[in-house]
Amino acid sequence: MSLRVLLVLVLVAAGSVFGAILLGPAKIRPGDLFSALFHPDEAPRAQRLILWEMRFPRAALAFTVGAALSLSGGVMQGIFHNPLASPYVLGVAGGAAAGAAAVIALGIRETVPVPLGAFLGALGAVALVYQLGKRARAGTALILAGVAVGSLLSAVTSFIIFVSAGDKRLVEIVFWTMGSFVRADWPRVWLLGAVVGPSLVILWGLARRINALALGDEGAQYVGVDPVRLRRFLLLITTSLTAASVSVCGTVGFVGLVAPHLVRLVLGPDHRGLLPAAALCGGILLVWADALARTVLAPVELPVGVITAFIGGPFFLWLLWRRQR
Amino acid sequence: MEKVTAGYGDRVVLRDVELEVREGELLSVVGPNGAGKTTLLRVIAGVLRPLRGMVYLDGRPISGLSSREISKRIGAVAQDPGANFDFTVGELVELGRLPHLRFPDRLGPKDREAVERALGLVGLADLKERRLSSLSGGERRRAFIAAALAREPEVLLLDEPTAHLDIKAQLELIRLFRDWTGKGITVIATTHDLNLAATFPRILLLAEGKLLGDGDPRAVFTRENIRRAFGVEAEVGIDPRTRGIAVRYLLPEDGGQGAHDRREDRPFRHAIGKKPDIFEAE
Repeated sequence: MSLRVLLVLVLVAAGSVFGAILLGPAKIRPGDLFSALFHPDEAPRAQRLILWEMRFPRAALAFTVGAALSLSGGVMQGIFHNPLASPYVLGVAGGAAAGAAAVIALGIRETVPVPLGAFLGALGAVALVYQLGKRARAGTALILAGVAVGSLLSAVTSFIIFVSAGDKRLVEIVFWTMGSFVRADWPRVWLLGAVVGPSLVILWGLARRINALALGDEGAQYVGVDPVRLRRFLLLITTSLTAASVSVCGTVGFVGLVAPHLVRLVLGPDHRGLLPAAALCGGILLVWADALARTVLAPVELPVGVITAFIGGPFFLWLLWRRQR
Repeated sequence: MEKVTAGYGDRVVLRDVELEVREGELLSVVGPNGAGKTTLLRVIAGVLRPLRGMVYLDGRPISGLSSREISKRIGAVAQDPGANFDFTVGELVELGRLPHLRFPDRLGPKDREAVERALGLVGLADLKERRLSSLSGGERRRAFIAAALAREPEVLLLDEPTAHLDIKAQLELIRLFRDWTGKGITVIATTHDLNLAATFPRILLLAEGKLLGDGDPRAVFTRENIRRAFGVEAEVGIDPRTRGIAVRYLLPEDGGQGAHDRREDRPFRHAIGKKPDIFEAE
């Protein structure tokens, strides 16, 4: 059952990436796409550039970010058993935005690249949250610490935005808080892929142990799993996944929250099927969200976070309403 | 167990408990709330380290074994076990096999066999694909016990396995326990039901962290012991048909304290006076 679903998702994912590549101001037919992809030397130069340097890396990056966030969200929900847990539950988003905003506003981007600033900000925020919430064995304290630190950091970001009002650096800061794939290129895809690939393999291998966490700490111990150590390790992996994706495209909301829920509805809660399926599903969702963001108000581009919130918000309400019935 | 004292933080729950259990024994642990029943199981399961004293498994101190090693040999089911996600019975029982697996935790043919066998042992083989939420209370309890059996343990620790189950489901469990001990598995179960406990060949009576009684039901369930452990007056009799011990509790009529002073009144005997042959005083 879950193998068949995974296979279908792989096909849909491939179809989505190619479909998204066809969309855009310059009309490209499927035939052109085929020849430009497989015989790039014979294709017209402009077409080749648009496909290989713009649309393809962009779709690939959207897919990888969607996979990373959804994987991370699925694991977070597995750790905290809280349906609201998302990749950002520990303050990653607030930290990344504040880190990027600080680097941009201080004008030190020559020495510290903005993505690095975002990455460090994200890691710093999570480290702080973990220290604050560590004493409590249950997850609730950690989530509350995440909320507190997250809102503190978003206040920092807002402050920076406020004092740099009218400045052209403002646009850049807003980019980090709303997320966009405008800057997609192959190096970013490889960089993120290098984090997502191994993480997926490790998490999938640990899937049964993540299942064991659902038995409660004592239940997990009875099957030989050390819940505290496992949680710490999982938080490390999910944090690097989230921080890496935020550093390439800013914070994109809702995908990491919604995609794992969607998959759980279809496949059930076993993380062995859930995690790979959630990664694929998150990737597909974000590819289409980005395609919409590029085309809805073309030639103006919407931040992709706006699209995911437009889709994710109502979806989440539906989920809640369904649960209450 | 040698002179085991255990507790949580400053709170000592078990005091100097000495215990020796042999392979294939069937034990029931009884005692009032807070007497240390659950703590005793936790210490045996190696989840709680005793403050003083030693626990041995096959002559080897349990503190020297890894938690993985312990969980391979001891299957434990917590009181009111539950899962935060709605797994299928099969997925849950596979989780019980986890101590035998290594990263990436794939089940080999031997593991699958063990899972199937465990499902068969509790009579849930047909419900493997069902989700936990769709099971009855008794079925769900058996599913969690199957998870513990899937690791083919030498010792099975069950915290109140019969709580919230109807009589039939309770008796079915007891029958299963007897089967398993016949196969060499040691079963230790806590319960609040003294009559159910009395069907076990050996009983541990805990009160305020101390072992008040250890032996067969006739030796442990004396009126004196029940009064000391629970502060309750009870009539202990022998069922003439099964020759088993039966306990009936007396309702305190003046706040409990005076009950045993009016032992001679025997309100219980009056109540069942019509059928005195069913219940003989000890």
